[in-house]
Amino acid sequence: MEKFEKLTGIAAPLPIINVDTDMIIPKQFLKTIKRSGLGVNLFDEMRYDDDGKEIPDFVLNQPAYRDAEILVSGENFGCGSSREHAPWAIKDFGIRCVIAPSFADIFHNNCFKNGILPITLPQAQVDLVMRDAEKGANARIEVDLESQTITTSDGEVIGFEIDPFKKHCLLEGLDDIGLTMEKAPAIDAFEARAEAERPWI
Amino acid sequence: MSPKTLYDKIWDAHLAHEAEDGTCLLYIDRHLVHEVTSPQAFEGLRMAGRMVRKPENTIAVPDHNVPTTPDRVDGIKNEESRIQVEALDRNAQDFGINYYPVNDIRQGIVHIVGPEQGWTLPGMTVVCGDSHTATHGAFGALAHGIGTSEVEHVLATQTLIQTKSKNMKVEITGKLAPGVTAKDITLSVIGETGTAGGTGYVIEYCGEAIRSLSMEGRMTVCNMAIEGGARAGLIAPDETTFDYVKGRPHAPKGAQWEAALAWWKTLYSDDDAHWDKVITIRGEDIAPVVTWGTSPEDVLPITGQVPDPSEFSGGKVESAQRALDYMGLEAGKPLSEIEIDTVFIGSCTNGRIEDLRAAAEILKGKKIKDGLRAMIVPGSGLVRAQAEEEGLADIFTEAGFEWRLAGCSMCLAMNPDQLRPGERCAATSNRNFEGRQGRGGRTHLMSPAMAAAAAVTGRLTDVREVM
Ligand code: SF4
Repeated sequence: MEKFEKLTGIAAPLPIINVDTDMIIPKQFLKTIKRSGLGVNLFDEMRYDDDGKEIPDFVLNQPAYRDAEILVSGENFGCGSSREHAPWAIKDFGIRCVIAPSFADIFHNNCFKNGILPITLPQAQVDLVMRDAEKGANARIEVDLESQTITTSDGEVIGFEIDPFKKHCLLEGLDDIGLTMEKAPAIDAFEARAEAERPWI
Repeated sequence: MSPKTLYDKIWDAHLAHEAEDGTCLLYIDRHLVHEVTSPQAFEGLRMAGRMVRKPENTIAVPDHNVPTTPDRVDGIKNEESRIQVEALDRNAQDFGINYYPVNDIRQGIVHIVGPEQGWTLPGMTVVCGDSHTATHGAFGALAHGIGTSEVEHVLATQTLIQTKSKNMKVEITGKLAPGVTAKDITLSVIGETGTAGGTGYVIEYCGEAIRSLSMEGRMTVCNMAIEGGARAGLIAPDETTFDYVKGRPHAPKGAQWEAALAWWKTLYSDDDAHWDKVITIRGEDIAPVVTWGTSPEDVLPITGQVPDPSEFSGGKVESAQRALDYMGLEAGKPLSEIEIDTVFIGSCTNGRIEDLRAAAEILKGKKIKDGLRAMIVPGSGLVRAQAEEEGLADIFTEAGFEWRLAGCSMCLAMNPDQLRPGERCAATSNRNFEGRQGRGGRTHLMSPAMAAAAAVTGRLTDVREVM
């Protein structure tokens, strides 16, 4: 998995609450058997009209935000289905960090598996970053995972919390499965015990 | 021993490893797989040269993509869908996992097939690359959705890296009024808590109104725990559960059944267990409800009116306005005057036999409104067969409904069953997001009886009027 250490980039403001995974990547794009190539269809129904032409108003279509690497949004971001196509599409577009007051559980988990950093901040601080993001391409925001800080274009520093294990995996780009396989003896032992106690499973 | 909740008990029984930093490996008893969220996971296994650790506890079935028209026996026409289903056929065979292919009578929506075949049992951990895995919580199993990377992780290791959630109790006291169903309970709870109200929690549903539900109704309630943001929903197993499980193909038999039963009977929350959050709703206060907006929390009794966005607060003001624009509705309009074009009865929320019986009860001897498109999509081939045997299928076709083969169908419209832009649908599924049932399509969620009533009148309808 790709490491996440530090990122300085343009942040796109998407001030909507309950952004669901159907919005992030509509189901017609879930028929793929690959992980890549979903970026062009990120936010497809908000981004393109019925004829497939770009809707100029949509934030990621505006010249200032076409190269955004950070997304700032409203509460309960990523609610809905478990589709990992949502973080795949976000990543494929080039966004590596999403900032919101809260995230849906499965989406939040899926981000970490794909080298995307989801940052939860109190609403007031999200509002602050949102205002900074609204300034456009000149307002580059810095996200530093090691020191757990966001620095706005005005130099304001905001700290954020993150689970230490997830932080470690992101910083090192560690593969979960490899890590778990190192614990095979513990899993074997558990399985033997469980088979004795609950043989019907 | 300190008192525990049901969730605590299942968690403790499945904790395979706990690291010093508190990261846990949770052992997974059952892994359900479908065609949409698994191809990349199997590809990952192949690339790393890994095997499936417990193929005998892994069950796959295609459901999301499959057509539900009778011609599907001749093959799937949409190429991308066909490739995805064929990939599952091949993966199931190569890795030796249990499989119900598309033309097997046991095929159906993964969350209906699992319980039906007795794969889902009380006290288990169950996962699937699908958020509505919460359904299986109705058996007192800890069940939740996972992403594709986690699907690969479970295939390879039979475990999941987890941190423990908090405990939330949702108690529904008393009795339900006539016309009020499990769907109305679960929608009303979300209306109360909001779609993020359960984030970070596992919910246990309890109380007299929950106890009185059948297994089908309990599955409907737990199915939508995810719409409330919770990681999982649970209902403690009881005689209703044991009766449902007994005799199913993969349920334990003989001495094993007795041993299992003895353990299952210990699966309840202790009286003085600690809850991080408690919500109590009086069963008598729950009305037949519908959704008016584009989030499952946009719920109101059918006797209500389309709300005025300015009455909300915070970010909800704009999102309510956006929802009304999308839904083509004006504030103040009585919900029962909203006319519909389509009725969809099915999905893992309401595609079981009891749901079809409830719809048939309303539709018996009636016709659907002229010009309406209406379809019933049973949750599995076995549900379909049973409905035909009970004469329900005849009631549906005589009323003017299309009688389909099993699959997810218009719940998420990945197959040809889709709404056209601007079309309005009375649906028994679980999500009313923008574009969920087809680009520009408008979804109102409700119970099967309410959807059947809407089919008869052509508008959202209080089921109590036609009972
Ligand atoms: S019926 Fe709908 S909610 Fe259920 S598994 Fe299928 S697509 Fe998901």
